[in-house]
Amino acid sequence: MHLSREEERAYQGEEGESLRRAMEILVALGDIYGADRLIPVRSVQVAGVSFKTIGEAGLEWISDLEGRVVVPAVLNPAGMDLTRWREMGIDERFAKKQLEIVEAYRRLGVSPDCTCTPYQISLDLARRGDHLAWSESSAVSFANSVIGAKTNREGGPSALAAALVGKTPRYGYHLEENRVPTIKIVVDADLKPEDYGILGYIVGREVEDGVPRFIFRKRPDIDELKALGAAMAASGSVALYYFDEDAPAAPKGSEEILVGGKDLQEVRQECAPDDEVDVVAIGCPHSSERELAEVARLLEGKKVERELWICTARAIAERRTDLVAKIERSGAQVFCDTCMVVSPASDRYRKMMVNSGKALAYVPTLCKMKAAYGSVEECVRAATRRV
Amino acid sequence: MEIRCHRISGGKATGPALVSKDPISFLGTVDPETGEVVDPGHQLFGKAVAGKVLIFPGGKGSTVGSYVIYQLKKRGVAPVAMINMRSEPIVAVGAIISGIPLVDGVDAGILATRDGTILVVDADREVIRVDEP
Repeated sequence: MHLSREEERAYQGEEGESLRRAMEILVALGDIYGADRLIPVRSVQVAGVSFKTIGEAGLEWISDLEGRVVVPAVLNPAGMDLTRWREMGIDERFAKKQLEIVEAYRRLGVSPDCTCTPYQISLDLARRGDHLAWSESSAVSFANSVIGAKTNREGGPSALAAALVGKTPRYGYHLEENRVPTIKIVVDADLKPEDYGILGYIVGREVEDGVPRFIFRKRPDIDELKALGAAMAASGSVALYYFDEDAPAAPKGSEEILVGGKDLQEVRQECAPDDEVDVVAIGCPHSSERELAEVARLLEGKKVERELWICTARAIAERRTDLVAKIERSGAQVFCDTCMVVSPASDRYRKMMVNSGKALAYVPTLCKMKAAYGSVEECVRAATRRV
Repeated sequence: MEIRCHRISGGKATGPALVSKDPISFLGTVDPETGEVVDPGHQLFGKAVAGKVLIFPGGKGSTVGSYVIYQLKKRGVAPVAMINMRSEPIVAVGAIISGIPLVDGVDAGILATRDGTILVVDADREVIRVDEP
């Protein structure tokens, strides 16, 4: 890989040990994936935040680092709400470690915004055509597919290295040749908002790491695209998809998959809620303002009979304290900085009902809990139904 | 004898070889506190990676494996150097953040090295020296 004189100096350690290590990570990945050079990134989203996933080993590494990020950098969700962790039933020891992790990142200049939806908190983090170094799979999918920015799915250390250097190796989804659709998905059904999570769940399993090109009857809205991409990135590892009428077509001879209403119904029936559901969670990926407003409306005048969590970014909750207050009047809880998938708070339940294809894919494996699926309305109904 | 290789993580170290023909997923396979291979299904089960020049085809598994390598290093039970046929990001990143020399780009012949053979891994010069007994 070609390095500029300035990059070479950093790589040889003339700018200090932290930058040398950061450059070594970028160069090693560039070599492994055949990058020709480094390119500047507009922003970074760093994975490796929940103490549940990175543990003592990860905490030690971040705490030992020195230096300062040179581009805007935010964090992936943590293992708990950073202020209301007691209400989540998080124990003191976990909380202490989790706060240490976030503090260690903050010391490096990373903003303590812990969210899987950085694009919902600031439009400046990613614009069409920007190169990024983002980590969280649904955020990567949204950035590539909906915003039209370009990012690979970074691991924790490689994202942090990109933030310290301000650059990332040019390979994978940074190159146009890897952004060509590989498979055509014809959706032969009129979709309701809650169908997109299931559609993504089905298509991700089929497509794995391909680049699907959807043909829809009607253009999905932003929240529907968020749900679709998140589910495909979880049940498969789809990092880029196309949905616009004027998007490039899949090359002639590409495989084609037809998804009909019956396919969606089958999965919906398999995942229908039952009496075993003891917790309901909305907000994977983190709820938008519009989604918070919908939940607030559905909960008006109701009391929850089971635990109901709504997960969102702290910046969104702070922007809409009115909606948070309305939701919490019902007994439901709005948690920030975290989600049902990465928090150990999920561990004490038997079956979680979600409105997310991504959570549907992860809850059984990462939380060792059964999962049920429904629309936001059905989730609220399940949470407020008398036991 | 000298073998050409490709630097992934810089530095130079000497130690006895420990060879695995299986790829290694550090998370779950190696105990981060002791450096022992604790996965009964792994070829190196029961052996310790501490102080060894660990030779294996490449890494696999969870990306948390990078942090496990770091923890091994901090506990003083990490390999002194690692040699891959082809490094993938988990082991590459783990070696770099831990300051463990790592080289790749060697052919499968390296997997025939006898355990205990003393190797000098000079990642900066991109050579492996084999001290014949």
